[in-house]
Amino acid sequence: MKFRSIIEKLPYGEPFLFVDEIHEASQEGMRGSYTFREDLDFYRGHFKEVPITPGVILTECCAQIGLVCFALFLMKDSISRSIMVLSSSEMEFYHAVLPGEGVEVISRKLYFRFGKLKCEVKMYNADKLLVCKGQLSGMLKPVSDG
Amino acid sequence: MEKSPNYDDLLQIIQPYLPEDVASDQVGPKSHFVEELNINSAHLVDIVLDVEDKYDIILENEDMDQMQTVEKAIDLIQKKLAAK
Repeated sequence: MKFRSIIEKLPYGEPFLFVDEIHEASQEGMRGSYTFREDLDFYRGHFKEVPITPGVILTECCAQIGLVCFALFLMKDSISRSIMVLSSSEMEFYHAVLPGEGVEVISRKLYFRFGKLKCEVKMYNADKLLVCKGQLSGMLKPVSDG
Repeated sequence: MEKSPNYDDLLQIIQPYLPEDVASDQVGPKSHFVEELNINSAHLVDIVLDVEDKYDIILENEDMDQMQTVEKAIDLIQKKLAAK
């Protein structure tokens, strides 16, 4: 529960929050998890007859845990006036994630410089099978008070 | 020590990060990376990291702010190399 404050600081909310828990964090990496609830709306259309979690949503889950939560951890409080946006993604997919399945995301820092965080991410299912892996980059952008 | 930076070397570093709608012959010494060449902020970081690798120098946040055009980047690399 000690990473609760990171999740509370996330700029996402329903229906676009794909982080349940952060389990481990260090200067080098982060491990977190999420369970795709069966009632998530996109399952109605992806696919119409056979509900499977879309790859873009798996990528989003990897990015929320592996980039955004990780950046919040690395930056501590100095991040409050910034938001991290995805700047590049290169993912490969190996196993389908079905409604109701839980996944774990492991992120390893490649570099975090000049506001750009680049990580190698891997997602595993409950059977410890690799669901997807790849490299994601995010850029810190200042938020105006608006 | 690495040889001093020239325009062609820098162009080579920049080239992979140019968006599709910008041809490499549109790049000139005074081209502004973001405003004229449409290089996004994430790729600007990539350029800075590639410059560091090529010339074996370390750039700071202030340097990044200065590095707005091809010409200014070359100036900055020269200064960093001279200070090594």
